[in-house]
Amino acid sequence: MRAARAVVALAAPLLVGAAEPRLVPDVSDTRIAIAYSFTGAELLLFGAIVYPDGHPPAHPPDIAVVVKGPAEPLLVREKAKIAGIWMNHASERFRSVPSFYALATTRPLDKILSARTAAIYELGTANLLLSPASGGPADQQQRFAAGLMDLKRRSGLYAEHVGDVSIQQGALYRARVPVPARVPVGSYTAETFLIQDGRIVAVASRDIDIDKTGFERFVATAADRWPLGYALAAVGLSLLLGWLAATVFRRRPR
Amino acid sequence: MHLYLPIAGLSVNALVIVLLGGLVGVLSGMFGVGGGFLTTPLLIFYGVPPAVAVASSATQITGSSVSGLLAHSRRQGVDFRMGTVLVAGGAIGSVLGGLVFRLLQKTGQIDTVLSLLYVALLGWIGLTMARESLASVLAEKRGRPPPPPIKRHRRLIAMLPLRWRFYGAGLYISPLAPFALGLLSGMLTVLMGVSGGFILVPAMIYVLGVSARVVVGTSLFQGLFVTAATTIVHATTTRSVDIVLAGLLLVGSVIGAQLGAGLVQRVRAEHARLVLAVIVLAIAIRMALGLGWRPEEIYTVQPL
Repeated sequence: MRAARAVVALAAPLLVGAAEPRLVPDVSDTRIAIAYSFTGAELLLFGAIVYPDGHPPAHPPDIAVVVKGPAEPLLVREKAKIAGIWMNHASERFRSVPSFYALATTRPLDKILSARTAAIYELGTANLLLSPASGGPADQQQRFAAGLMDLKRRSGLYAEHVGDVSIQQGALYRARVPVPARVPVGSYTAETFLIQDGRIVAVASRDIDIDKTGFERFVATAADRWPLGYALAAVGLSLLLGWLAATVFRRRPR
Repeated sequence: MHLYLPIAGLSVNALVIVLLGGLVGVLSGMFGVGGGFLTTPLLIFYGVPPAVAVASSATQITGSSVSGLLAHSRRQGVDFRMGTVLVAGGAIGSVLGGLVFRLLQKTGQIDTVLSLLYVALLGWIGLTMARESLASVLAEKRGRPPPPPIKRHRRLIAMLPLRWRFYGAGLYISPLAPFALGLLSGMLTVLMGVSGGFILVPAMIYVLGVSARVVVGTSLFQGLFVTAATTIVHATTTRSVDIVLAGLLLVGSVIGAQLGAGLVQRVRAEHARLVLAVIVLAIAIRMALGLGWRPEEIYTVQPL
């Protein structure tokens, strides 16, 4: 029953698409290059809302923008005090944890969508499906998921930006999503949701690639493809620098 | 000045890393300890992933060891024969350390086991060193000649078969003793990204009775080879050596090591030993307290 409802909800914008507004989205960068001086970036997601009758309604719609990084499996460990010492005592696997998740909205999420709709579309960090895989009790899975969320939030990899989307004259929207320096590389998706009267009426998606470039890319590739050569280069570099310093200091008059 | 580290995957302030390397280099040149025990935790505190911190600080120790070693060998401060035996032990130790590392990583107890091990080891070494060096410093203050260095005749070591002469070290003992010592320090290098010198220097002085003049140089000689091997092991297995991070640390530490080696000539040996003893004890106490304190992070994440 719940699944059927989810399908209906997902298909709803398509079924009534003809009479609903559409989104024409764009992003400032479809490729973010991480170079030596990379200290983070700011993605600008913008576009137009096209209404079937050409006029924005009196009650303007809301926009939610989600930037999501590639999902990865993770093992989360929990420490507890055992015999006076804090040590890891339990762990939980999560099959698909987005490496990055940023949500930007015009207004607080609970003001524009029902909790159920937000959960169906995985909107908001609280609604992410992490797919716990250990089969432990539900309360334990929740506790671990909360710990993981907290870690991700504090490292800036999960964020919710309320009010960071502005709509001009009901037709042009623009959202700024900051991307922190320690963002993992991979293919990201930027999804824009048009929300009206508590319903999602249009969805548009764009892909963004975040990748290392230049020297950084070369180093990362070398470390991955030619590990032995990379290791020898690292050892060689340290021997050279050590020898150089020793030589320079010996020449120095005392 | 911010720089992006390609393997660690984050931006760091290059100047901070160079200064950190410099501080560690001075310690390395003075005491023959690699300083990994400082670099690794400080890098982790800065936000570098632990695996990258361990692997890259091993690479850095190689460089500061060369720098310090050359300075010491000019002053005939290296017993190459003993060093070779230590290296042989260290090579086998680093392979064993790699196996233990993987085993502990699987069960998730690596941090706890290493902390316990360190508290015990550092506590013992620190106390021994502090007692001995304090006795000589106090004796000197009272105007009495310092007590002659006791040539301890360790029965266990004397029992070992096959005796070799180590001229620089002034010893006639079985090579099995330094070999075992090298093995232990090799394991610790792989496990913690610390150079074995931390254990090696005090153990050579107080367990083997090696002449103090060659202890630091010989320990650097061993550290050089073992950390180079560790870099290769990490680069080929965990892929976590960050050459940019290691390079930044190196720039600071090779210069620091030269300063440290020069400084140790001007400082009295027992004073230098007392300082090292205090550092060692402080770290042991900090680690012991850390085991009982509620950690900042209850949850830790490991990619699968």
